[in-house]
Amino acid sequence: MKRADGRSAGELRPVTIKAGVIPNANGSAMVAMGKTIAVAAVYGPRYLHPRFKQKYDKALLKTIYMMVPFSTNERVRPGPSRRSQEICKVTREALENVVCLEEYPKSVIDVYINIIQANAGTRTAGINAASVALADAGISMKDLVASAAAGKIGDDYVLDLAGKEEEETDCDVPVAYIPGQDKISLLQMDGKLPPEDVEKVIEMAIKGCKEIYEKQKEALRERWAQKGASA
Amino acid sequence: MAELLKNEKDFVVPGEKIVESMDYIPGRNCFRDGNAIKSKKIGVVTITNRVISIIPLNGTYAPKVGDMILGEVIDIQSNGWIVNIGIAHSAYLPLSGIREFIDTTRTQLSSVYNIGDLIYSKISNLNGPDSIHLSMDDVRCRKLRGGRVLDINAAKVPRLIGREGSMIRMIKDKTRCNICVGQNGIIWMDGENQDVALEAIHEIEGRPQQEGLTDKISAMLDSRVKPAQVQTNVTNGIASKSVASGSFDPDSVDSEVGS
Repeated sequence: MKRADGRSAGELRPVTIKAGVIPNANGSAMVAMGKTIAVAAVYGPRYLHPRFKQKYDKALLKTIYMMVPFSTNERVRPGPSRRSQEICKVTREALENVVCLEEYPKSVIDVYINIIQANAGTRTAGINAASVALADAGISMKDLVASAAAGKIGDDYVLDLAGKEEEETDCDVPVAYIPGQDKISLLQMDGKLPPEDVEKVIEMAIKGCKEIYEKQKEALRERWAQKGASA
Repeated sequence: MAELLKNEKDFVVPGEKIVESMDYIPGRNCFRDGNAIKSKKIGVVTITNRVISIIPLNGTYAPKVGDMILGEVIDIQSNGWIVNIGIAHSAYLPLSGIREFIDTTRTQLSSVYNIGDLIYSKISNLNGPDSIHLSMDDVRCRKLRGGRVLDINAAKVPRLIGREGSMIRMIKDKTRCNICVGQNGIIWMDGENQDVALEAIHEIEGRPQQEGLTDKISAMLDSRVKPAQVQTNVTNGIASKSVASGSFDPDSVDSEVGS
């Protein structure tokens, strides 16, 4: 099966990941999945205001997802929307499972995710970027989180839906996956899918996650490895 | 002993397996997952005996007992001072951490250290990451006056100091600038050739892992530092030379406390 952009069914869009793109942040990363580009910046752990939000035994992970106004053909109204609030929440919950928050009590880790170009799959790109940015910031983590979406077009299961495919598909299933623990930390489903297909779609998404995981490690290695040789 | 998946000085990312065996013990920035030991941070593997730990390459300062750190007094309480040390949590310098006896009924604490004062002190006690106690009970501890303060990444401080202080000593000697480096990445400097010293520090922070960095910095300092001012005093026809010296020795500086 050939797709609109010439990929095969189980193929990701070309993925490029770069760590350390924002000099003023403690850690940052850019993830481009085809035409979707996400930039994440991590600040902290730092002092949390207001104080009543402090947790005595762990840090607060704050994720702020935003699509910049020029990210799509139609201008996106800036500011929080119903959609962005939902994505903030699921992103935070996907990352909370790996970040060692108990090591930073009473503080906050701010993760800003900006989508500077959107072409489907922004939440998965955002999670991938945030995960690399957190590692780049030197924050304690049990593992990286990789994320990819899968769906079904006609009779075919397809990985990493792009552009128009998102509208054509019967179902879009974004998955965030923790490779080291073989666990899923985000699972959403948009659309309808027969129960027997769900497992196959998730399997396909996990396959994509594993590919992205390798790219994430490579990006961090590229930024830090040869520097660290004689530490 | 089981075979290591990562060797000493290898680069690791969070979640990467270092060894799959109970023969080793996880140390700093590592954790055990089943039988395996995995890294928690981006860093470099070090193995001492059977303990595996990671030297982080980035991150905010993690306080350790015995570290010398620089901080600014931000508040005065009835029994001590609150000190901002550049991380999420502020540190506490209790009255008992000071060498001299201070009678609180006669002396105002602000006359010892006032808000805004910069102090170089030692971490005496840690009770979790959010309870940091300082003490001035060390010959190196003192209040710093004048000069300028800069902030570098705390993960780069060991490189700035160098093996047994070789790097920082060289910068101090060559620039004749007084420099005080806190483990928390806050640096104070005062004296001659500050701009050159600053440039050298930024150079080290920017690319710290280069081979032969010491030689490079040494050459850079030699070319940039102006020679020591030579004062020629002609008295009774005899020319006597005196060289301005500015080598900083914290041990010779008395504590500001007391009187």
